[in-house]
Amino acid sequence: MPWDRNQMAARAAKELKDGFYVNLGIGIPTLVANYIPEGVDVTLQSENGMLGMGPFPYDDEVDADLINAGKQTITELRRTSYFSSADSFGMIRGGHIDLSILGAMEVSEKGDLANWMIPGKMVKGMGGAMDLVAGVKRVVVVMDHASKSGEPKLLHECALPLTGKQVVDMVITNLGVFGIERGKGMKLIELADGVTLDEVKAQTEAKFDVALKN
Amino acid sequence: MEKIQKDARSALDGLLFDGMTIMAGGFGLCGIPENLILAIRDSGVKNLTVISNNAGVDGFGLGMLLNTRQVKKMISSYVGENKEFERQYLSGELELEFNPQGTLAERCRAGGAGIPAFYTKTGVGTLIAEGKEHKTFNGETYIMEMGLVADLSIVKAWKGDSQGNLIYRKTARNFNPMMATAGKVTVAEVEEIVELGSLDPDCIHTPGIFVQRLIKGKHEKRIEQRTVRQRETA
Repeated sequence: MPWDRNQMAARAAKELKDGFYVNLGIGIPTLVANYIPEGVDVTLQSENGMLGMGPFPYDDEVDADLINAGKQTITELRRTSYFSSADSFGMIRGGHIDLSILGAMEVSEKGDLANWMIPGKMVKGMGGAMDLVAGVKRVVVVMDHASKSGEPKLLHECALPLTGKQVVDMVITNLGVFGIERGKGMKLIELADGVTLDEVKAQTEAKFDVALKN
Repeated sequence: MEKIQKDARSALDGLLFDGMTIMAGGFGLCGIPENLILAIRDSGVKNLTVISNNAGVDGFGLGMLLNTRQVKKMISSYVGENKEFERQYLSGELELEFNPQGTLAERCRAGGAGIPAFYTKTGVGTLIAEGKEHKTFNGETYIMEMGLVADLSIVKAWKGDSQGNLIYRKTARNFNPMMATAGKVTVAEVEEIVELGSLDPDCIHTPGIFVQRLIKGKHEKRIEQRTVRQRETA
């Protein structure tokens, strides 16, 4: 069975290490916060100006001045600090954030990432994604292996406008996990339970080596 | 000089003209100068270039200025919450310049600090880099981005005093401090105007030199996505 959203998030959470400062994107990456391993202490950064993001508030704690980058209401922790957008992206661009986990529309075998626009159709913008992939030490993408219409999303070259060139280190899909050596190539390192290599090959355009760990 | 004005309309008196550039603080609907936006709408000023991370939502925040077609161009990083924006842009009625969020923040900071341009890695190899100067530092490629200034900056803070010293609250700070520095004139709206001396000088986020006019506003503080958890029942 391919992984569901929660299983993908749980797999991504294994990339968290004790002491990490981490930025989580919108969608499945947000769920990663529910699977932080026991004994691993991580601090979540929200690029709108907060370190030490807490869980969603109880109904009577909701504060309009306290939101995450997805505009959802959240809470603070004892470790929390607030700062401006310039300071926030100073942390990001300056290489102080250890890990960014984000979603994607397309990823290429060399680690190019596209996730911010579909020309003529969807105009939302890149938000902080271009800064995150350019500045954060390690970038992990979590996405469905194929589009809703069944088209591969792991490609030789991205067709959509890029968010960053040679910026992705790992891709976790519903079918498995790929490691990427930026600018060089990608390797399949894990399969989701019950998924076969042939199934992955059938849904992948990108060239990849197979280096399964088990 | 008296900085405190009686309302948003008088705070903007003499500052607005067609074709001007306005910076507006806020992230989503959090920390937006809602009273000043409303007064800009009511003034009827048009052909505006608006620099703001987002464009509000349909009918609230900067979305109000889109509904009245007062905006000619937006400089933003993300406009996904505003359907009217998307419609006007795709039909060619509205110009749009996308900036990566960190680049936008730094452009405002640089503009306010008298730095005309800077280099960043953000956007190298993407559409954003097209036509921009590329330069290599220590073996890595960077692009040049220009500082931004505006004819008028409008910001929202939590507390302010008669000198224009401002303190923001939680994540409502966001773009407000940099934008306050980058306006030829900066007008701030606050939830509370406090006695001079009651703000801790060590904790002031925006020193009053950057703020020329100040009002106490009425804030709806609309929430875009109210997300809550349930208390476990005993």
